[in-house]
Formats: sequence, structure tokens, C-alpha cells
Amino acid sequence: MSENLSTIIETMVKRFDGQTTEFAGETSLTLPVEKIAEAAKVLHDEFGFDLLSDITAVDYWPEENPRFHLYYRFTSIPNRQTLNVRAPVPATSASAPSVESIYHAANWHEREVYDMFGIKFEGNSDLRRILMPHDWEGHPLRKDYPLGYEEPQFSFNFEEIDVRKPHAKNRSGE
Amino acid sequence: MSQIEEVTLDGMTHLFSDRALQGETMLLNMGPQHPSTHGVLRLLLELDGETVLNAIPDVGYLHTGIEKNMEAKTYQKAEVMTDRMDYMNPIGNNLAYCLAVEKLVGLDVPVRAQALRVILAELQRISSHLVWLGTSALDLAAMSDFMYCFRERETILNIFELVSGQRMMTTYVRPGGVWRDVPVEFEAAVRNLLKIMPKRIDEYESLLTKNPLFIDRTAGIGKISAEDAVNWGLTGATLRGSGVNYDVRKFAPYSGYELYDFEVPLRTEGDVRARYIVRVAEIRQSIRIIQQAMDKLPMGPVRSNNYKFVPPPRSEIGTSMEALIHHFKLWTEGFNAPRGYVYSAVESPRGELGVYLESDGGPKPFRVHFRTPSFDNLQVLPVMAKGFLVADLVAIIGSVDIVLGDIDR
Repeated sequence: MSENLSTIIETMVKRFDGQTTEFAGETSLTLPVEKIAEAAKVLHDEFGFDLLSDITAVDYWPEENPRFHLYYRFTSIPNRQTLNVRAPVPATSASAPSVESIYHAANWHEREVYDMFGIKFEGNSDLRRILMPHDWEGHPLRKDYPLGYEEPQFSFNFEEIDVRKPHAKNRSGE
Repeated sequence: MSQIEEVTLDGMTHLFSDRALQGETMLLNMGPQHPSTHGVLRLLLELDGETVLNAIPDVGYLHTGIEKNMEAKTYQKAEVMTDRMDYMNPIGNNLAYCLAVEKLVGLDVPVRAQALRVILAELQRISSHLVWLGTSALDLAAMSDFMYCFRERETILNIFELVSGQRMMTTYVRPGGVWRDVPVEFEAAVRNLLKIMPKRIDEYESLLTKNPLFIDRTAGIGKISAEDAVNWGLTGATLRGSGVNYDVRKFAPYSGYELYDFEVPLRTEGDVRARYIVRVAEIRQSIRIIQQAMDKLPMGPVRSNNYKFVPPPRSEIGTSMEALIHHFKLWTEGFNAPRGYVYSAVESPRGELGVYLESDGGPKPFRVHFRTPSFDNLQVLPVMAKGFLVADLVAIIGSVDIVLGDIDR
């Protein structure tokens, strides 16, 4: 970790009331979720993090508060720095402010997180499902969503299984 | 019987102009089965005559839930699924995943394995760029390039078959090294490719680079500025065509890329032609890297001897009790990774391929996420296509070099 990056992290911790954790030689910053858009703006404008590499989420079900962690990866091409930011999200109000107005790249990443985890992003201009069909029920990457298996059909029992085989979209409540 | 709901435009009206809703402009579906969309990509076009006003990509047709499936498999067994994401770049995907696993558990890789990884990843980059060059030229009705490119790609796939037994889904790179050492024929096969390749690239270029028809179809088409490109999250040759010097191999070298001398081709125009020139130049740079790696390919083991994470060689299993125990444990239970998470990135032929890997201390990944370059590169399409003709749209999709398996995972 360069001298410069540790100063950035220190500043962010002070300004946004954050915490730091360290693993495998990388430091990551944990910020309150409601301040994530503000923090992204500071990272973009003041510290030169011009590329938003990734947004994703992790589900810690059956934990309730926080149930999810959002994960942001910021990259600064001119300064050769990368920064991991995490934001805990409670199960009761699964939503986060969108960073789309700062990084256009966030649009699809936030749609993917919404599709897979059901976390809503306030301010995203186009919050529809992206990978799953538009009428799908449930959010597949949540830990309480079953993996789901299909009964193999052979020629001797094809018809028999076909009758009771549920349509993919009816399986979410299994 | 299954019921298929009729798809309507309700809920998508915010994406179009008011003129479309009044019927002044035309809404048209392109795909999902369209030869120039390079897979199952559906575009919803808003057209004013021939001019594209908006192009909204609709993805997800190839979604197979790989991220969810990996959570149910051990670290070694989950790896085979990475081949199937970006099917033009299986070795690169293996490499990205293995680097993440190695970072998570703190595993060292022998130098010979690192060099082999670089050689194969660069061969894969060449083969991927050849498919791109052939198909995107075919979209612009340049037929012959397609045939030539696939001829050379075949040579590369034969090398993969030689080292791994598979032409495409190799799973050759494994956590802690590679599957096994390369056979003796490997060196001759690669040297032969290195000898013919530069001349063949000249051949492709002589058909396209200065061809006036090709220039007319590509120059000034699908422009995007450097600031926009970074802000939209573009990476890879698509970004470097706009003049931004971002290549993960230089930005954060992995697997020993810092040992090799190579350049990152850049163009500043940001149009389809710039991206074409950058990619062709990248093939030449890849040849340079392979040449250097072959010249100083070190001897030695190709797998880590840390048997807590890497299965011991078969020959030891018959004679050593410990080796047998390790073998049994690794293939039934797997290895436990410490609690924590890592993000590690590689430069795939399409851009930054990042792997987010989180462990809860058990033998299976708690969460795997792939930051795939095509996903980010495709979402900028409406910006690039705006104001160009439908025929240009085909050239633009080709120049972004998307792989739908990479987007949908």
C-alpha cells in the first residue's frame, strides 16, 4: 500500500465515519451505506478514482442487520491505485443510494445487484432486471434461494416427468 | 404447460423519446438471433429512417447461474465452470480464478508454471483476437480474412490440445500451478507459430488496413471520448482505442508479466478503426511476449508442493501414506480457505476480468463474482451508436468485441 493511499483512506474514515479492515495485503474501507454516493463523489472528484471497476454484493443470511454487504472497487488510472469499499445493508430496508450520476458504469452493475439480491438503488435511471427474465420472482443469489435441481428425463419416463415438472419461474418458492 | 408472458413496452417507456411513443420513430428488434450480434444479444432500436436514435441492449439469454453454482462446489471443482463463461478465453478465465484462489489462501506458484501461464494466456489472446478480426471483418463483408484467421486459430487450438487434451475448455491452469508439464512437442509447435504469425498478420492487414472500403466503414464511426470511455467503465482495447493507457498487465502485473518487455498499443481517435488498429497491434505484442517467455522458460516443477492445497503427484500416492491422505482429503472435502475476501484482476482479450472471491472459512467459496469486461463494454453501446446508421451499428458491435457468455455468466 502506497503512502498516498493510506492518507486517502484516513481522510475517508474521518470524513464519512468509516472503518478499515485488512486481509491478504489489501486494506478495505467500510462506510455507512447512506453516505456511499457522497463518498464516491469525493473519491472521483478529489482523489482521482476515475474508473469504477465493479459493484457487487454478498448475502450473510440468516444475519439480519446487516444482511448484505455491498462491495465497490474503485480504480485510479493516473495514480495507479485501487480501493475496496464495503457498505453494510440491513435486511429491513434493502436499499442504497445510486452512484450512477458519478460513474455511468454503475448503471448495469446496480441493475445486476438488484436482480440478484433485491437491493434497490435510489436514483438509478433504469432499475429493471438485467439477467433474469423480467417476470422472474425472487432473487437468485440470496442465500435463502435454493440452488434447484431438475429431475433428469429419460426416454422411458419423459412424459411422466414432463407432467409434474414445474416451469422454471414457478420454482422460486420451492 | 408453461405460459410465456407477452413482452410489452410498459415499464420501458422511460428509455425512449416521446416521438417513439407517438409513433413518429420506429422501434425495431435486432436479435437475439442475428448473425452480427455475435451470440444471443437482443437490441431494441429506436430508428428515424436509417438513423439509430437509441439502441438498448437486452442481455441475459445465456445466463446459467455460474456464480450461484460455484457456491455449491469446492474451490477446485468450481474452476471448470470458469472455462464456460468467456468461451473465447478459457485459459484467461482459469488464470483469473486461480490467481484469486492463490491470493485468498496465500499459495506460491513455481516460476515455470508462471511462465507457462503467460505463454498460454497470450496464445489465447491471439486466438481470441483472430476470431474477433475474422468475424468483425465478415460483418463488413470482408470474407477472406475470416478464412485466414480461422486457419491460424486452428494452429493455436492444436497447441492447447497438445498441452491439455482439450481444444477449448482446457482447465489447464490450476490453483498452485498448471495441470502438468507441457509435452516435448510443445516448444516446436509454439516456435513454428511464432515464425509464421508475423507474416500472416501482414497478410490480414494488407486486406483491411488500407482498404478504402474498410476505411469508409470504420473511420469516424462509433466514436467515444477518453473521459466518457473511462466513466462508462470501458476496459481493454475498446478503452485503449480512445487513448487511455490502462492495461492490467502493466497496471498491476501478475504471473510475472513485469519480466517481459512489451508495449501497450494506443490510439486517440476512439472510433471503430482505432480499436481495429489497437487489437491488431496487440497480436504483435503478444507474439513478442511469447517469444521472450519461450526463450527464458525456466526448468523446474510446474505445481506448488504445498500439498495442503495442491494434490500430490500420482507417483507418490502409491508409496507415501501422507500423499494418499492429502489426495483423499483434497478430492473429497477440499481445502479450507481463511475467512476474508480478495479481488484480483487480469487483462482478458476484452479488458479487465476481475474475480471477487469471498470465503467463510470453509472448503467452498462463500461468494464468487466475476467482473467481466464485455458486461461493461456493452452497456456503452447506446452512447457509441447514437446518430449512426443501422449498418454502422453492426461495425460498432463488432469493434467492441463482446462475448455473450462473458456478459451473462
